[in-house]
Amino acid sequence: MDPTDIRVPDYFHKVVDCQWACPSHTPVPEYIRLIAAGRYTDAYMVNWASNVFPGILGRTCDRPCEPACRRGRVEKEPVAICRLKRVAADNKGEIKRLLPAIPARKNGKRVALLGAGPASLTVARDLMPLGYHCVLYDGDGRAGGMIRSQIPKFRLPEAVIDEEVGYITDMGVELRLGRRVDSLKAVLAEGYDAVFVGTGAPRGRDLDIPGRKEAAANIHIGIDWLSSVSFGHIDKIGRRVIVLGGGNTAMDCCRSSKRLGGEQVTVVVRSGFDEMKASPWEKEDAMHEGIPILNYLVPREFVLRDGRLAGMRFEKVAAHYDGTGRRSLVATGEPDLLLDCDDVLVAVGQENAFPWIERDIGLDFDKWGMPKVDPRTMQSTLPKVFFGGDAAFGPKNIIWAVAHGHEAAVSIDKLLSGEQVKDRPPPLVNLVSQKMGIHEWSYDNDVSLDLRYKVPHAEQAVALKNIKVEVELGFDRKLGYLEAERCLNCDVQTVFAAPLCIECDACVDICPMDCITFTGNGGENELRPRLKVPANNPSQDLYVSAALKTGRVMVKDEDVCLHCGLCAERCPTGAWDMQKFLLEMTQAGPACRSR
Amino acid sequence: MTYIAKPKLHHPKLPTNKLGFTHRDYEGAVSTLCAGCGHDSISAAIVQACFELDLPPHRIAKLSGIGCSSKTPTYFLGASHGFNSVHGRMPSVLTGANLANRDLIYLGVSGDGDSASIGLGQFAHSIRRGVNMVYIVENNGVYGLTKGQFSATADKGSKNKRGVMNTDSSIDMVSMALQFGASFVARSFSGDKDQLVPLLKAAIAHDGAAFLDVISPCVAFNNHLGSTKSFDFVREHNEAVNRLDFITTREPIRVDYQPGTVEVVTQHDGSVLRLRKVAADYDVHNRIAAMNYLQERGAAGEVVTGLLYLDAEAHDLHGYLNTVEKPFNELGEAELIPGSESLERFNQSLR
Ligand SMILES: Cc1cc2nc3c(=O)[nH]c(=O)nc-3n(C[C@H](O)[C@H](O)[C@H](O)COP(=O)(O)OP(=O)(O)OC[C@H]3O[C@@H](n4cnc5c(N)ncnc54)[C@H](O)[C@@H]3O)c2cc1C
Ligand SMILES: Cc1ncc(C[n+]2csc(CCOP(=O)(O)OP(=O)(O)O)c2C)c(N)n1
Ligand code: SF4
Ligand code: SF4
Ligand code: SF4
Ligand SMILES: [Mg+2]
Repeated sequence: MDPTDIRVPDYFHKVVDCQWACPSHTPVPEYIRLIAAGRYTDAYMVNWASNVFPGILGRTCDRPCEPACRRGRVEKEPVAICRLKRVAADNKGEIKRLLPAIPARKNGKRVALLGAGPASLTVARDLMPLGYHCVLYDGDGRAGGMIRSQIPKFRLPEAVIDEEVGYITDMGVELRLGRRVDSLKAVLAEGYDAVFVGTGAPRGRDLDIPGRKEAAANIHIGIDWLSSVSFGHIDKIGRRVIVLGGGNTAMDCCRSSKRLGGEQVTVVVRSGFDEMKASPWEKEDAMHEGIPILNYLVPREFVLRDGRLAGMRFEKVAAHYDGTGRRSLVATGEPDLLLDCDDVLVAVGQENAFPWIERDIGLDFDKWGMPKVDPRTMQSTLPKVFFGGDAAFGPKNIIWAVAHGHEAAVSIDKLLSGEQVKDRPPPLVNLVSQKMGIHEWSYDNDVSLDLRYKVPHAEQAVALKNIKVEVELGFDRKLGYLEAERCLNCDVQTVFAAPLCIECDACVDICPMDCITFTGNGGENELRPRLKVPANNPSQDLYVSAALKTGRVMVKDEDVCLHCGLCAERCPTGAWDMQKFLLEMTQAGPACRSR
Repeated sequence: MTYIAKPKLHHPKLPTNKLGFTHRDYEGAVSTLCAGCGHDSISAAIVQACFELDLPPHRIAKLSGIGCSSKTPTYFLGASHGFNSVHGRMPSVLTGANLANRDLIYLGVSGDGDSASIGLGQFAHSIRRGVNMVYIVENNGVYGLTKGQFSATADKGSKNKRGVMNTDSSIDMVSMALQFGASFVARSFSGDKDQLVPLLKAAIAHDGAAFLDVISPCVAFNNHLGSTKSFDFVREHNEAVNRLDFITTREPIRVDYQPGTVEVVTQHDGSVLRLRKVAADYDVHNRIAAMNYLQERGAAGEVVTGLLYLDAEAHDLHGYLNTVEKPFNELGEAELIPGSESLERFNQSLR
């Protein structure tokens, strides 16, 4: 293999598995170390700069970082990255003085942000400090999007939303709330320099089976029902509730029902339990609250008695796989299942809908009715209109909305500075030795052997009585410290200087994970199996040195390195060094523009 | 020296041996030697050899004298028996232990100072008696522990770190071991585990006095230009006479070798050694030829490595002395106190 070029930012970025997996590339180990050091405010600000909503995300994030976390490959479970974010948010001091200053003199450019969800708010957060005049529109009366309208308060208290949305709206964003936008043409006619569409995926899918119309009074579309609950228009539900669907919306529907009078709440899914879209922890929480999840049941009919919904009939099915491994659900032939109920919540999917965007303004849609959007620049076919969040590519989650928002802000800033939107700015990277003494490092290199800590919960009897009681109590400072210590500091990179190596084998001998091999060079596929422990995880790179004195090369499998620094401690010549790699995405502003 | 302990975590795909152990289970405490010391690599090679041989750690005894090298038994085989004796006295303590309990595997770990200076006599006698052991000299040409004075194995004409030349003649421990009658003699290099690990395995399997001289650079005091025990010098002058594969059961010999280049030797315990010859005419069974060859190549400035001499049918001290099979600690009262009648009979036999 060719020697690894560690100057390419992606190389070490990939080693920081969590940061690489995070759509907005939050420097995770950096903030985790700050938490361990008790510097909660600093930890919060590292988060805030990348993901904008640390307190919200610390409770609700889909956490793509955790399945990626190296710790999960080294022992049973990843670091509780998400809940550590909340530790920073819960314990931080006053941060207002640390927020970017908003110029009193504007730059004369006006940007419309349609929909006040996390995507639009991120664009505002990035553009306001640059002097743009941002106008935020939403049909709802308060900003926050689905963070406010959908996510139940027992998972995310209102105060947290108010605080973090407030940091942005307080920047002087002009608010036009409580009025839906019904024509993009009209918005454009107001002469904005750019328009960002962050209107989400607001339509809940319905279920068109017999009895739907007749029983309509007791059948509710999940997301509409949840927002009515959030805004206080609904505060009770029948005693027996069926929730249809296996996603996170279904989990929020069933747990909300349980708190609004539902005594017998049942979730029913068409296919298998394991294939449900809901995150494993959401399913766990629901079942923990006494909600059974029934699977392999296809809804056939809403059953009425005396003109009122009385139950539902389901066909029993089983999964069958054909020769190509494709799955289909086949009726088992057993008698149908009849479940009695008073109300049904339909949470079988969410769709985009753009009835308010005219099709004759140069903004192209594909055959599925989705706008054509460049996934890197977020630009539509109408150059000054950008999309982001659920509106761009269908329903995702908050952290993706934030990532889109940052990218769109860069595009808008470049466009309005007369630059090519396509030329994307490289990330800012920094690599600094952590050596303080012969065997001293400026990070805690002793690896904790603790297993993942559980977040304490409120007492269930109390939690189920009031929909506003937050279930998770969060880690306290002590638990937060212990959990933070589980992080392996994957950003403190093992950096190898081939000319210094005397091939004494000291690093090979000390490495607790058998990561390092000195061997003859070869092609990657040929090298991987003949390393000290075969490198069987192709998603993890091999770090290969230039040829050494003996003609061999150093090959390090990055897969399960603990970043313990022992290789560098045992190296007599300093050929190994532990260097902190800090990567920050370049956001809108002078740094994203060409000089 | 390292401040943190080596983390207990290990690679999830680490292979296990027949006893269900990984190689990590054969490690000891974290080393306090200088970073990069050759001795640490030898420890790692011993760990690997014992792991590959599926040895139960509690059936091994490691004995040593004084020196950085003699400290190393703390850093491997943490679950084995250990005895850190006084300077140069490892061989007699090992001999005594071996006589008391022949069931253990004995690793004698020493340095060039420990064995070629203060312990030279002890070394000589343990070898000539044929004690069943693996005698390992971690040879760096200096007294590492006392800050790098030349040892007796330092080559005449080689220079110390300050550039001062060694004027004394050097002792070649391999030649001495051959002369004293060691039945397994080898030399290797701490920086070449591919060579060292199979040699260690073969030496452990050998019944008799096995001697291993392992050149092991002292990075603190003897790894400079002008040293003949530095990484660079040994790599440049290393002349391996053969390469060894150690096999516990007889497998068919792979056909990818030229005829005449592979020799298969079966040792007393049934273990099979496959020698891939590098020097085509080198005969590992000829003690005198081996001594000649070593002198010749040594004079030419080469460091000869590999399996240098092997007597596959060797006997050991217990055989010569016709001692009792059972370890002392397993002998019962009846065997230990045979009674006055037996004493009388014995005394009679001497009259
Ligand atoms: C029940 C539920 C639970 C969820 N839980 C989580 C979770 O725990 N974690 C997570 O990461 N994600 C979760 N999500 C997904 C997450 O809420 C969304 O992915 C995210 O909010 C998308 O952000 P956005 O900025 O694209 O738009 P949204 O947050 O959807 O906001 C869009 C806004 O645009 C407004 N709008 C739409 N059309 C118009 C119009 N024509 N005129 C004016 N305003 C308009 C809407 O009123 C809305 O306020 C959940 C979603 C649901 C439905
Ligand atoms: C009886 C006695 N004399 C002298 C010493 C001092 N001393 C300690 S270690 C050592 C030499 C060790 O050299 P070597 O065996 O080569 O070990 P190395 O440190 O080089 O591995 C000496 C002379 C001692 N400890 N005891
Ligand atoms: S161990 Fe820490 S740095 Fe490494 S992937 Fe997990 S959270 Fe990130
Ligand atoms: S930091 Fe070095 S010694 Fe530690 S696990 Fe990684 S490669 Fe091995
Ligand atoms: S002084 Fe030399 S022999 Fe002793 S530990 Fe240091 S490098 Fe090794
Ligand atoms: Mg020495």
